[in-house]
Amino acid sequence: MLSRLADSLYWMSRYVERAENVARFIDVNTWLSLDLPAGYQEQWSPLISTTGDDALFAKHYPDASKRNVIRFLTFDTRNPNSIFSAITAARENARLARQYITLETWEQINRFYLAIQNGARLASRGFEPGQDFFSDVMNASHLFLGTLYATMSHNEGWHFCRLGRLIERADKTSRILDTKYYLLLPSIDSIGTPYDDIMWAAVLRSTSALEMYRKRFQQISPDRIVEFLVLDREFPRAIHYCVVSAEGSLHAISGAPIRTFSNPAEQHLGRLCAELNYIQVGEIINRGLHEFLDDIQVRLNMVGDAIENAFFALQPVPVLPQYQAGSDA
Amino acid sequence: MGEYNRVLDEGVREQVARGAFFMPFDGYDTGGFYDEMFEADGSPRASARLLFERISSVGDTELRRYQQAAEQALFRMGITFNVYGDEAGTEKIFPFDIIPRIVPAEEWTQIDRGLRQRVHALNLFIDDIYHDQKILNDGVIPRYLIFSAKSFRKACLGLKPPRGTWCHITGTDLVRHNDGKYYILEDNLRCPSGVSYVLENREIMKRTFPQIFDRSNVRPVGDYPSHLLRMLQKIAPAGIADPTVAVLTPGIHNSAYFEHSFLAKFMGVELVEGRDLVVMNGYVMMRTTKGFQRVDVIYRRVDDDFLDPLTFRADSMLGVPGLMDVYRHGRVALANAPGTGIADDKVIYAYVPEIIKYYLGDDAILPNVPTHVCWDDAERLHVIENLDKFVVKAANESGGYGMLVGPQSTAEQRDNFKAAITAHPRNYIAQPTLALSRVPVIVDDHLEGRHVDLRPYILYGEEIFVLPGGLTRVALKKDSLVVNSSQGGGSKDTWVLSC
Repeated sequence: MLSRLADSLYWMSRYVERAENVARFIDVNTWLSLDLPAGYQEQWSPLISTTGDDALFAKHYPDASKRNVIRFLTFDTRNPNSIFSAITAARENARLARQYITLETWEQINRFYLAIQNGARLASRGFEPGQDFFSDVMNASHLFLGTLYATMSHNEGWHFCRLGRLIERADKTSRILDTKYYLLLPSIDSIGTPYDDIMWAAVLRSTSALEMYRKRFQQISPDRIVEFLVLDREFPRAIHYCVVSAEGSLHAISGAPIRTFSNPAEQHLGRLCAELNYIQVGEIINRGLHEFLDDIQVRLNMVGDAIENAFFALQPVPVLPQYQAGSDA
Repeated sequence: MGEYNRVLDEGVREQVARGAFFMPFDGYDTGGFYDEMFEADGSPRASARLLFERISSVGDTELRRYQQAAEQALFRMGITFNVYGDEAGTEKIFPFDIIPRIVPAEEWTQIDRGLRQRVHALNLFIDDIYHDQKILNDGVIPRYLIFSAKSFRKACLGLKPPRGTWCHITGTDLVRHNDGKYYILEDNLRCPSGVSYVLENREIMKRTFPQIFDRSNVRPVGDYPSHLLRMLQKIAPAGIADPTVAVLTPGIHNSAYFEHSFLAKFMGVELVEGRDLVVMNGYVMMRTTKGFQRVDVIYRRVDDDFLDPLTFRADSMLGVPGLMDVYRHGRVALANAPGTGIADDKVIYAYVPEIIKYYLGDDAILPNVPTHVCWDDAERLHVIENLDKFVVKAANESGGYGMLVGPQSTAEQRDNFKAAITAHPRNYIAQPTLALSRVPVIVDDHLEGRHVDLRPYILYGEEIFVLPGGLTRVALKKDSLVVNSSQGGGSKDTWVLSC
């Protein structure tokens, strides 16, 4: 498959996943703020930290009010990680891959884009997106995923889509856990209060993990939540699930057997899988969750770069001299 | 105002319920032009009677609803083009009108024969120009006209494209004049675009207005990609059983990008940009996830000038360095072959009837528009004295640019053209202003006549194939004669009838 095309499919998928996660963060935070007691400060700045754009936000907005944060994350074209920017980029990549993806997939992403564009137009006239809007974004992302799954051959191109999505998702789960954990843990005095439970439940909700978590562990506890979101093998937003599945796609593309590697991407990803296969949650907490998650993000970036080098950036080869001769005009 | 609209809506609903429609054709005026749907006395032509009855029975409210549905479908399907110079992210649909244009079967038979003859002769002409130049030696065309043509490619002299075919894909522009006859306006032998709209327009019509096709005997156009692919595979270098075909596009910002990806998609072949290709060890290769892979046939939608910076324009970023050398060695096929533009020069166009006579011994089945060539002193004087009556065109421009429409021009514009013609007579031709035929289009709640042309598509691999259909471009501005999309033109589904 053409390198540039694989590149487009990978990023198309990553950007849709990114938009979905941003919608998810905002939705849960809105929901959470409804439960907070009077006088409790609403927390909107952590949302900016989850996408790592604090400096950019500070440059354009005076304070992290709910309104400002939502605007920045939803329709602000200056923010490359806003829902609008992400979906625009996803569609641009889909256009580049239009001859390859199915009509249904293209129409789905095009509709997604037109809906967001329409939202942006309304927002410039004062519309403030609410829960309906964010749940529409999540649904559109799921519809995109489903269309891709159901209409496209599960071939090399499909595996590139899946790879992009899973790496993006692993990264976002690690970031949301990192931010929330850092924010929630210091409030020792609230341990055991109903708010503690609600806050942690919100972390699970923001990854759509609450119901699945309850089925596995019932009681809410920070360590269990870390275990579930990092190490669960079956929950599709858990980091472990994401990297193991991504490894499957990477090997489906190269044809190399699992537990071997034929390029640096497979090597880095294989190592990360191996670590998550055998580590226990106690070790993670002892090492420091923040350090651990930070390390995961760094390693996911390394995998991303290695994928880029192995598949998309085939080095140009100069024209051999004997074929340069003979041009006659 | 709201009250007014409500009352109006109810009035319409009531009338629809009673079966009393507004007739969309009420008050339709052919304006003294040849109308593709109506006779001069206002009665529908025999070939259009069924269509006329269907549209009349729908009523204007429904008709407008179908028109809106079609436009929405175009947006949803993302069949849009980028608007240059407009704010970022502005996309527009190519305007589409749902009233089809009909070409009766017997007229098509003649068009089909005429196009086969013309493409056959033009191909022999191009091959001759780049080899023996018999037609120049015999004095049928002055040698100087060839060597002074901007589109003449010295680098193509002596080239032997597979099977001797140069113009694999042609999109000839036809117009119909008040006398009811079709004339050839342009040949378009380089990278004619628009065929994707022929297919999409039909698709949209089937989605939004399916009942109109019932018993209409419209010839299908959907097999074009299969014909195109078969032709491209046929021209592959000898000895390759399963050739790799690719469409070469200038990229996503080109206004025809939709078409490039559309054709690649429906042929199931790769869509590549120059940066995806590289010349290695004497072959053209593309960069894939599994390393470099050989490409055998390239349907290039990049102009000659930009194909290969080592042979043509050195500043081209769109092409592939070394491509022409591989081509010269017969290790890759290009469609169309470089150099075909020579027959697109508007001065050479004037000689096409002689070209047909010279190579085939026959008279042209489809006539040219009478053309004055300004390099000839007598003709130039005649043109300059009558500038207000002629359409003057630059020999090597397209898209409606570099043109003077005499009857609608100002004295200043005529002065400018006079100076330009006198300075560079070789660069200009003049033609009488044609009264292009008209078709009905939806304007608000009724139908009005607008001028159209017709661009059929011709493929030439082993044999010649003419797609039974074409792009009908329509000048949507009232009284305008310019159908180009860059100048406010739209399109229609074109129905070639089988009987």
